[in-house]
Amino acid sequence: MLADDMACNHRNPKPATVFSHKNMELNVYGDDVEVDYRGYEVTVENFLRVLTGRLPPSTPRSKRLLSDDRSNILIYLTGHGGNGFLKFQDSEEISNVELADAFEQMWQKRRYNELLFIIDTCQGASMYERFYSPNIMALASSQVGEDSLSHQPDLAIGVHLMDRYTFYLLEFLEDIHPASKANMNDLFKVCPRSQCVSTPGHRTDLFQRDPGSVLITDFFGSVRKVEITTEAVNLTDPIKQVEER
Amino acid sequence: MGLLSDPNRRRALISLLTRLNAPICVLCYFAGVCWFMGLAFEPFTLRTYMSENAMGSTMVEERFPSGERALATGREFAAHKKKVGGMPVDWLVKTMQARGLEVFTQSFSRTLPFPDENKERYIVKGTNVYGILRAPRAPRTEALVLSAPCSPGDNNNQAVGLLLGLAHYFRSQIFWAKDIIFLVNEHDLIGMQAWLESYHHTNTTGMDWSPLQGRGGSIQAALSLELSSDVITSFDIVLEGLNGQLPNLDLANLFYAFCQKIGVLCTIQGKLQRNDWDSVSGYSHAVQTMMLMVMKQASGRPWGDHGLFLRYHIEAATVKGINSFRQYKTDVTTVGRLLEGIFRKLNNLLERLHQSYFFYLMPSLSHFVSIGYYMPAFGLLAVILLLRALDLWVQFANPPAVTVDGVADIERQSSPGVLSVLTPLVISHLTGAALYFLPTRFQETAVEHFPVSETEAVVLTAIAVYTAGLALPHNTHRLLSGEGTEQGWRVLKLVAVLYLAVLLGCTALINFSLGFILALTLVPVAAFVTPHVPKTLSAVILVVLSPACTLLFSVFFFQELQEMPVSFQDGWLLYLSVISQGMLDHYLYGSLVYPLIALMVYPCWLLFWNILFWK
Repeated sequence: MLADDMACNHRNPKPATVFSHKNMELNVYGDDVEVDYRGYEVTVENFLRVLTGRLPPSTPRSKRLLSDDRSNILIYLTGHGGNGFLKFQDSEEISNVELADAFEQMWQKRRYNELLFIIDTCQGASMYERFYSPNIMALASSQVGEDSLSHQPDLAIGVHLMDRYTFYLLEFLEDIHPASKANMNDLFKVCPRSQCVSTPGHRTDLFQRDPGSVLITDFFGSVRKVEITTEAVNLTDPIKQVEER
Repeated sequence: MGLLSDPNRRRALISLLTRLNAPICVLCYFAGVCWFMGLAFEPFTLRTYMSENAMGSTMVEERFPSGERALATGREFAAHKKKVGGMPVDWLVKTMQARGLEVFTQSFSRTLPFPDENKERYIVKGTNVYGILRAPRAPRTEALVLSAPCSPGDNNNQAVGLLLGLAHYFRSQIFWAKDIIFLVNEHDLIGMQAWLESYHHTNTTGMDWSPLQGRGGSIQAALSLELSSDVITSFDIVLEGLNGQLPNLDLANLFYAFCQKIGVLCTIQGKLQRNDWDSVSGYSHAVQTMMLMVMKQASGRPWGDHGLFLRYHIEAATVKGINSFRQYKTDVTTVGRLLEGIFRKLNNLLERLHQSYFFYLMPSLSHFVSIGYYMPAFGLLAVILLLRALDLWVQFANPPAVTVDGVADIERQSSPGVLSVLTPLVISHLTGAALYFLPTRFQETAVEHFPVSETEAVVLTAIAVYTAGLALPHNTHRLLSGEGTEQGWRVLKLVAVLYLAVLLGCTALINFSLGFILALTLVPVAAFVTPHVPKTLSAVILVVLSPACTLLFSVFFFQELQEMPVSFQDGWLLYLSVISQGMLDHYLYGSLVYPLIALMVYPCWLLFWNILFWK
């Protein structure tokens, strides 16, 4: 969900790109980015509907979450926020209570196995304070009462390109490959106070496994668990052609 | 019981009001004047700040490189202008097309109601040339305008050169989200009026113009550029527009922000900022700057080509490059960068400028006074009129005992006939209508009979009608209903005071400066005039405080403020030209000051003159 499609904004002098740094090395809006909800479709209602699955029957598959009780879900939120809310567009907010209730609805309907929640806003830690469903791990870029800061401006465009936490998180994740054995404890160490100025926080009490045993690739990289079997499976007799009908 | 419903308390309040009426009025008047003067005192003002989020920081690096080439283009323009003897339309069209703009022309013509002696024109024919830079990726729904006037002689050549240079640079960028219209208008305001009227499909002033072949969407903001030298020492911004309308304060804030970022010296009203607000000279400097703005706003004329955009709810300002005797000079490339920065910020806008104030006064470029702070000054003056009206109303209920003819006068307390009140009203307004219609209608007959030019004829006819009005109501009143009654003049004064209050209130809402200046002179008139005050002295005071004399003093005062004081001869000629310009502004651009003064303020003043000579 991208509210302000910056890459395609008429004012972007580098169209169809969102770089992480003005050296233009990494285009995060590359060929493998698929935006399902853009512009005015990004609303609190749509977000909650996607999470809980309460979408009208005509919604295409690309706009649904399509998760079951074996899916791990990664939710990453960024934007303007405050103590207990995140701003959507210029007119709405989602509160931490709403989010916690939505996750509980997902748990009741068994729509996730494990959920990783990352938020990069000011006072981001307030957003995960209210969670009460099991198997949720949360990271935030700043504690309550702290502001999350942007990284660096690009003077050709005239805006800051990326927030600090996201920048260092991205840098960290660029080194992770599908076979990597890095675990969540390494993720918690991303962007210490010296780099982020704010103090990143995390919450693991609702998670049933130990964070040290949770691989980062459980949530990132679309790494699927493949079970190899040596048993042979007999296929049934070939299907007879039906002559008359 | 409540304060107003308890008869005893009410009587006490009313007696307080009537006893202390005159002292309260005097106190309010001085409080109003002091409040107004205090507006320029820095602790009472607010620092300017950017209200629009979309124009937040000035982080973009401006990269306009070709100031020298712009100057060369300006010289070419000057040469062609001299060759053609006016606007070099073909050269401009060719140059704009070479820069990749969509070029269109518009021709217009207008016969002025009488010749304009300041600019020496009577039958005006001209052509506007404009080129549209289409936004590369955006829909053509919004536009920005950069304009430079094609002035006769050596003026504004560099402005046109810079405009073309910026057009060339802007064309090679892909980040424009709005169309940019580069307009070169001929005959400054007349050309601009023709262009705007055609752009918005209106025709309010009866001008003849050819329709525009190309348009760019709804205009969000406009900047008019005046630059007549190769280097500048300071950059001035002019905000006052037609009828005293001002652009959104964010435009001035934007200008100031970029002046600070680029390091150019910026002025408003041609005056620099000073930091020593606590010294007398610092304060008087701020007062001068504010008074200049008040004078310019009260005149109701557009003080730059931008003034006509404001009527269409387009925020516009004129920026002028000034070359004075300072050591530090800024070159045209830096000026180009400043304009590039301003346009990039305006490009970021998603909505029209509306976050900041539309009504304000600026004692300096970094401080402003908003409507909430300056309106009480006017309110205190208006309260005097209301107190006077209340006083008169109370006098109707309890007429003061007249000792001369005690019994007879009490019997004669019947309300005066409607005719005796209506007659002065009708006569005053007819005189006002004469002041409005006669000068231009009868200029030919005046020229036949007197050895004056048309402009002089118009102005002198106006002054003649004005002075004739002083004699008229005074005499006809006696003819119609004989000796006036005590009640009669009271009713007339009540009507006149309320009429003045409503008139000044409405004027102050739209054009605070005009309303306040009129209030300063007319409220004392309204307050003290009765048939019982000494006649000759009051007559002199009334004439001195009449709108015409207020204008005369304002002309001298304005010249003083600009540090160009004039002698009485020159001042008188300037006064005559101000009257003619005021009338022309009304006929050409729809300025409302002249009809307001002629049709409403002058009749109102005549009513008071009538009251003075009631008996």
